[in-house]
Amino acid sequence: MMDLGPHASFIISAYIGVALVIAALIANTMLDSSKQKQRLAELEAMGVRRRSAANNEAKK
Amino acid sequence: MNAFVAVVAHDLKLATRSFGDLLTLILFFVMIGVIVPFAIGPDKVLLARLSPGIVWIAAFLSSLLALDRLFRVDQEDGSLLAFRHATISLETITFAKLIAHWLTSALPLILATPILAVMLNMDMTIFWRTVVSLLLGTPALTAFGAVGAAITVSLRRGGLVAPVLILPLSVPILIFGTSAISANAGPDAEVAAQLFLAGISLVSVSLAPFAAALALKLTQE
Amino acid sequence: MSIETAKPMNWFDKLAHPGQFLIWSRYLVLPLALVSTTLFVIGLWYAFFNSPEDYQMGDTVRIMYVHVPNAWLSQFVYVAMAVSAIGTLVWRHPLADVSMKAAAALGAAFTAMALFTGALWGRPTWGTYWEWDGRMTSTLVLFLMYLGLVILWRSFDDQLRAAKLVAVLTLVGAINIPVIKFSVDWWNTLHQPASVLRAGGPAMPPSILIPLIVMTFAFTFLFLTLHMVAMRTEILRRRVRALERKRAVEGIVK
Repeated sequence: MMDLGPHASFIISAYIGVALVIAALIANTMLDSSKQKQRLAELEAMGVRRRSAANNEAKK
Repeated sequence: MNAFVAVVAHDLKLATRSFGDLLTLILFFVMIGVIVPFAIGPDKVLLARLSPGIVWIAAFLSSLLALDRLFRVDQEDGSLLAFRHATISLETITFAKLIAHWLTSALPLILATPILAVMLNMDMTIFWRTVVSLLLGTPALTAFGAVGAAITVSLRRGGLVAPVLILPLSVPILIFGTSAISANAGPDAEVAAQLFLAGISLVSVSLAPFAAALALKLTQE
Repeated sequence: MSIETAKPMNWFDKLAHPGQFLIWSRYLVLPLALVSTTLFVIGLWYAFFNSPEDYQMGDTVRIMYVHVPNAWLSQFVYVAMAVSAIGTLVWRHPLADVSMKAAAALGAAFTAMALFTGALWGRPTWGTYWEWDGRMTSTLVLFLMYLGLVILWRSFDDQLRAAKLVAVLTLVGAINIPVIKFSVDWWNTLHQPASVLRAGGPAMPPSILIPLIVMTFAFTFLFLTLHMVAMRTEILRRRVRALERKRAVEGIVK
């Protein structure tokens, strides 16, 4: 690692802190997304239909 | 004009009818002045230096307490719906309620300031400056509070949410409020802060009725 | 009007309709994510390996490459939310409130990072983690406002009613943005005055300006990616709630 001067710890802490927060944001976003998709799939499997989905079914 | 005065009078009557509410408010305000010396220690010089800030915090927290009754009662008994069909606009009604609210929540506190001044060993000049800054700044607190109260009026447990929403907006008022009293700044800085405070109050009081009325209308959609 | 006789959607309807949005936004997520990652890689390389130390503050200038993008983004996201708020209240755009909600938590995170990196930059460079000056106080106020908005969203069951009230609060709080921007000019402050977006052009040499701009774009594209995914998730979440409500009603009826 290059020499970051006398205040290296501040620089590294700043970047690591930012990296952690960004990682948390990405993780949270992705987890939330898959949770909703999963729940939607479960409800679909149970046979609960949305109005427009039911219309499309009726048209067939 | 009559309808406007009627709304103000109506709210005043309601608020002062229950003397218990008014007493609770003043008591809360004074209690902060009692608690702080216990928390900070009885060092009189220190208390005197901190007293403007403590008075402002006490006024701010007490005004947050009183906010709930600004619109909630009207919401629950259906008056808000009736107001929409009144001869004067909802904005005017909100403005009238704002005035009544300031008269029954901020003014009593300002009148109770001498009690705090004694408990916090406030200097005479500082005391008068504090009263002036409260007079100039509390209208703005009431205005922002009204907007917060209007936004949260439909929440059943909205009592705690409104203060949280209002706090960030009130920070500038607190900043200028205390710097209008500060003994260290020269007379120029003090007058400048007072003018700022008056400006914020004027602008917020004139615009708040519009924001609050909009929030009330949207709540009923 | 039934599905068969409804008029065909034009390009604007395709943008506004949540169902349509889900269809076309799917293809944007991966490209946005790739652009963000690339920009971060380039930016970090510049920040650590291809930029000089500042003649006054030495290597700590490298903190600026994460501080400034976050600070700028914290304000930009709020402005985007304010525009969405107008879209909700005035034009009743169906996606506007979804956009607003998705942006709130992200904005809070960026503001928090701006405050955090600013504190770490301030300590070695100007001697203090924090100062109650105009810029820092108003940024802290901005952070509290973001949190207030997140709380307000969660206080309502009916998200559509919440949307309108959150929009009002967002617009009332928008007054803070000009205060933040001009606070460094209006008051004597510890924070340095504007050095990039100012009349007369940037006051930095290109060797420092380029990493700064790359990192700013990197963070912005990160926001755009996360915002788009969050919007999609919010639309799905509303569908889930509607279906669960329907299921509960059907359960009672049966």
